[in-house]
Parts: sequence; structure tokens; C-alpha cells
Amino acid sequence: MIKINNLHTVIDGKKILKGIDLVIKPGEVHAIMGPNGAGKSTLSNVLAGRDGYEVTEGSVQFEGADLLTMKPEERAGAGLFLAFQYPVEIPGVQMTQFLKAAVNAVRKQRGQEELDALAFLKLIKSKIKELDINDEMIKRAVNVGFSGGEKKRNEVLQMTLLEPKFAVLDETDSGLDIDALKVVAEGVNRLRSPERSFLVITHYQRLLDYITPDVVHILADGRIIKTGGPELALELEEKGYAEFVEASDNEEAA
Amino acid sequence: MSVSDKTLKQIEDVGPYKAGFVTDIESEKAPKGLNEDIVRFISAKKNEPEWLLEWRLKAYAHWLKMPEPEWAHVSFPPIDYQDSYYYAAPKTMAERPQSLADVDPKLLETYEKLGIPVREQEMLAGVAVDYVFDSMSVATTFKESLKEKGVIFCSISEAVQECPDLVRRYLGSVVPYHDNKHACLNSAVFTDGSFVYVPEGVRCPMELSTYFRINEMNTGQFERTLLIVDKGAYVSYLEGCTAPMRDERQLHAAVVELVAHEDAEIKYSTVQNWYPGDEDGKGGIYNFVTKRGICEGANSKISWTQVETGSAITWKYPSCVLKGDNSVGEFYSVAITNNFQQADTGTKMIHIGRNTKSRIVSKGISAGKSEQTYRGLVKIMPKAEGARNHTQCDSLLIGDTCGAHTVPYIESRNPKAQCEHEATTSRISEDQLFYCRQRGIDEEEAVGLIVNGFCREVMQNLPMEFAVEAQKLIGISLEGSVG
Repeated sequence: MIKINNLHTVIDGKKILKGIDLVIKPGEVHAIMGPNGAGKSTLSNVLAGRDGYEVTEGSVQFEGADLLTMKPEERAGAGLFLAFQYPVEIPGVQMTQFLKAAVNAVRKQRGQEELDALAFLKLIKSKIKELDINDEMIKRAVNVGFSGGEKKRNEVLQMTLLEPKFAVLDETDSGLDIDALKVVAEGVNRLRSPERSFLVITHYQRLLDYITPDVVHILADGRIIKTGGPELALELEEKGYAEFVEASDNEEAA
Repeated sequence: MSVSDKTLKQIEDVGPYKAGFVTDIESEKAPKGLNEDIVRFISAKKNEPEWLLEWRLKAYAHWLKMPEPEWAHVSFPPIDYQDSYYYAAPKTMAERPQSLADVDPKLLETYEKLGIPVREQEMLAGVAVDYVFDSMSVATTFKESLKEKGVIFCSISEAVQECPDLVRRYLGSVVPYHDNKHACLNSAVFTDGSFVYVPEGVRCPMELSTYFRINEMNTGQFERTLLIVDKGAYVSYLEGCTAPMRDERQLHAAVVELVAHEDAEIKYSTVQNWYPGDEDGKGGIYNFVTKRGICEGANSKISWTQVETGSAITWKYPSCVLKGDNSVGEFYSVAITNNFQQADTGTKMIHIGRNTKSRIVSKGISAGKSEQTYRGLVKIMPKAEGARNHTQCDSLLIGDTCGAHTVPYIESRNPKAQCEHEATTSRISEDQLFYCRQRGIDEEEAVGLIVNGFCREVMQNLPMEFAVEAQKLIGISLEGSVG
């Protein structure tokens, strides 16, 4: 699905990622855990194609294509989805309008027919029911006045609607209470399939109680320092990052 | 002697015309330039009664003495008024493009994006096709049902012939000919425009002018519109067109006058999309418009909604004179400027009656190297007990080479009046753009979406059939403003 090879990234002259190697196969769920400043968010932003991140070395192949040369919207069309840590507010833009634009934009890129208003409404109604989302939410402006939990649910809703092949969840658990966390995890689990892969980025083990990963990586100072099974996350929770982190210089903020 | 013969006689009496100008009333074009004879020519051509010719001549004489308004934040070389034609019949079939293939492909691309049907595209682009309009038959049924209700809706030239008393009573009653230089010029040389009269207690059964978007396009350079809504009546009037309009004539000076009697309501919506000039700021229309409505009677209401995306220079302040007690004035505006466009636009709310209320919502979006100014006056007269105004001005900047300015004037002569003014200036954030793009929406569509969100409060006031196109138009106007 995705193959990251020796990825180096610089932001404002500062080295953040210092040689990431990562291969995720279809159907796999990988978790990346790491302390603050390890480069977790940088990795998700580079994968999604945000401006301001300079790749100085390495490559990323997404289903055989060179991901790094694609525009952000093309990556989305190709099936890459990023659930944001801090979803942004877009005042005045109604959720339904935004979601319809997004769904049709990726459908168009995927060579599928665009949905008309009626078909879209049907689709969204079924999805919000599945995710137990209040339909009042989709009448509001995108993320405006949403609680932390609502924002993350909205990310899961968008993920569900856009049917990605590969979804990156960037600290989706941050700022969530346990109930919201469960809803989000359920949404993700429902999407798990042999064709779809996930990269779950998190600071805490907590989320992994609900989304069981196949592989766990520990990221520190821009490098993956250890890889293991789900038990690695538990071990990490017990011992703390310090034991794992050999390189001490992890002050660089992402 | 018939009216036209009489006018002809008058023209002959004036003496020989200058610069080889022959008094040939059959001629379809007046010579270049502006002088008293041209004014007489236009009036004669339209077979106008004497009072109107005199009014035009008074306006012309006054225009000569009037200074150009120079207070607006726009700059352009002085206008050579002698270098224009003031009367020309529409192009003949032979002069027009023969098919869509002859039309500027850029223009066609925009029509495509707006989703305008091919036949309508041909009409808008002025292609020489003789249609038996579908819309003609629609127009006929439309006119009949209006007639049943007693609504008069026709061109102002027709109105001069058919109901001269109404025209005479109201023409210039809201915008006097000497109001400003541009209005003065319009009064002297206006060639056509619309006239509406809605009789007492009638709720006009349809949005006026929706069916006329094609037919309206040749109303031209000096358009004159007069709407009179009698006691307890209602009308919603749409002006303009979302499709881009090319016009070689640079100066447009229109005048719109609205009169709302007791308990009457007028909703006036405009989409202005005149040619804004190219990416380098070459060409484009100067749009100098005077629009004003008077809430003459108690409890009347006038609401202006405008979406201004076109023209090289916009100078426009749709205003309300709130004379009747409890009358209400509203102004909702979206103005978008890109490339080298300049817009100085806003409104005036003059509170005269008691408990009069006004509401101003202005959304300005500037991109490219454009300059935009909101200029608004709220004036409360001493007798306007209980008057209230709320003004909200929001500016959105795209890029760092454009300008947005807000110039509110508040003049209150009644100590109990309430005026509120809120203003914000913001940018489209990188975060918002990236969020949209991560969801597959390309940059231009994302900008359109975000800007439409910004304008939502105003767009909601547009009649449905306009709103969808206007939304697309906003996206199109900002093309090339990012990236």
C-alpha cells in the first residue's frame, strides 16, 4: 500500500525526520507512538502534502505511484485520508455543502459519476446513522462551534464518506473523553477491511485499547527506534518513553 | 402635427448641426460626442414629450457646470466625454458574430462553468441567430398575468408614452438630475431602462425581470430604472445577469429610483458582472451608478442586495431615504475585486421618520492587485426618534498585494438614536485551504467554497434562482487569485 523509504524532512532549516523507513501492506493497521517533538505530526503532514515541509532525501510510494510529486487533492483522490489533530473551522460553509464538494471531488478523480443532491443526501443520512451522529451537526458550518468530540466525529464521518485506501489518524484521541474515543474507534474499526490500511499516530496507548494495531512503531527524534506487535504499546505504557529513547536530543518541536 | 413631427420641427429650429451632423431622424447612430443637439436627438428619437426634453436639457446644462466627484478611492484618467457615442441602435445581424465559434473562447468557458445552456450562450454573446424565443412565449403569459393584477412592467421609453403622468410625477423625485455628475449625465442622455408600477395592495406574483435576462442586455450604457410600489404592495426585482457581459463602451452611468409608499415593500437584487478588464488591468467598464430608494410611507421597506464582481471601476452606493415612520432600509452587499479592479461601494441610510431602522451587511473580498473600499453613511435626522442602525463590514483579503478599506460615516442628530458598527478584516488561512484540499477539493474550488461561506449572510438574501449561479460566479471571479 505505502512504502516510505529513508524519508528526511526539513522545516525552516530544522531537520525533523531523519530517515523513516516504513512499509504498510493492505489491510494492516500500524500505530506510531512517540513523545512530543518526535516528528509524528510532521510525518502525517508530509504524507498529506502540506506546504512548508521540504523533503531533502528519500521517497514515498503510494500504490506504486510517487506520492511526493502529487498535489494534496490528488493524494486525496488516490485514496489517502488524513484525520486532523486540529480540524479547522470554515465559517459559513455548511457541512452538507462541504461534504458534497469533497465526495464529488474524489469521485470525479476516481472516474466515478458525481452524486446529485438527492443521492448525496441519501448517502449522508445512512452514514450519520451508522456513526450515531446527530443530524443537526450536518446543518452547521464546518467545525464551527463544534466540541472536541464533535470535531473528531466529523473527521471519522468524512473518512467514512471518502472511502480512502489509506487513512492517517493524527492524534485523533487528543482531547477526547472516553465515550467520544469509543465512538471514534468504532468508526475506524467499522472501516477496517483487507483492502484498507491505517496509520494511527498517538501519544498514548489508550486509543490502541480500542483500535488494535497489527504493528507498533516507536518514533523518537525523527527515527523509528523500535518496531513490534501490539504488546509493544503496553510495554511502552508501563516503562515510559525514556527507556526506549536512546537519542536524547528530542527537544525539536514538530 | 404629430408628436414626432413636432420634435423634428424643434430640432430643425435649433439650426444646423455641427461636425457634419445631419438631422436625419432615421439615422441609427448619433455622431460621436456630447452636446445639446445630441440630447435633442435622443429625445426626438424616442418621441418624447416636451417636458422630458426640457428636463434632459436642464440636466445637460447643469452637467456642464458640475465637477467630477473626486472623493472616492479610485483612480483613472479623466474621461473624454466627447470620445463616446451617446446613441446607437443595437448591432445588426450582419455585424454580430455569426456563430459561437467567432466568440472569445474565454467567455464561452465562463458560460460553461456557470452552466448556461448553449442557446442562451448564443444570445448572451450576441450571436446573429434569429430565434423564436421560448422565453418570448413565457414572456407573453408573464405579461398577461401581470396585466391582470394591474402591474405595469415595461421599458421606460414605453412608459413615457403609455403612462406619462406617472413618469413625470416620479422621474427625478428620488435622484434629482443635479444629484451628482454621473446622475446628471444619465438624466440628460438616458436611452432606456425599466419601469415598474405596482398598484395598491398588489403582491407582484413573480420576481420581475427573471425572464428577461437576455432581453435586458441591450438596455445599455445610460440605463434609467424607476420602480413605484403603491400602498401595501410588494415587488421583488432582479437586475443584471450572472453571465459576463462584454461591452466596448467604457462608461456606464445608470440611475435607479425606487419609491415605496405606505406599507409597501421593495426587494431589489443585483448581480453585476460587467467586463472587469484583463489580468493586466487593461480595459474594463467604469460602472458609476446612482441607486436610491425612498420609503415614502409609514411601515414601508426597501431592501437592496447586490453581488458585484465585474467592472474595472465600481462607484456605487445604493441608498435608502427612510422618510415614513417605522420604515426599514436594508443593504446586503458582496463585492469581489481581483487583478486591477477598483471598487468604492457602500450605502447611505438617511433616517428621517420615527422608529426607522436600517441594517447594513457588507462583505468585501479583494484579491490580486485590486483595491476595495466600503463607504457608508448613516445619517439620523433630529426628528428620527427611536432610529436604529446596525452595520457590519467584513473584508477578506486574498494574497498580499490587494487593499481593503472601510470608511463609515455616522452622523446622528438625535441623541436617542442607536448606531452600531462592526468591522473585521481577515484572510483565507492556509489551514482552511489545506483542509479542503486534503478532502480532494482543488485550490480554486476551495477558495470559492470558503469565500461563499464568508458571504453566506448576504447570499441568503438573493432569490433562489439567482443564488446558485451567483455562488458559482464568486468562484469564477476569483480564478487565478491563488497559487
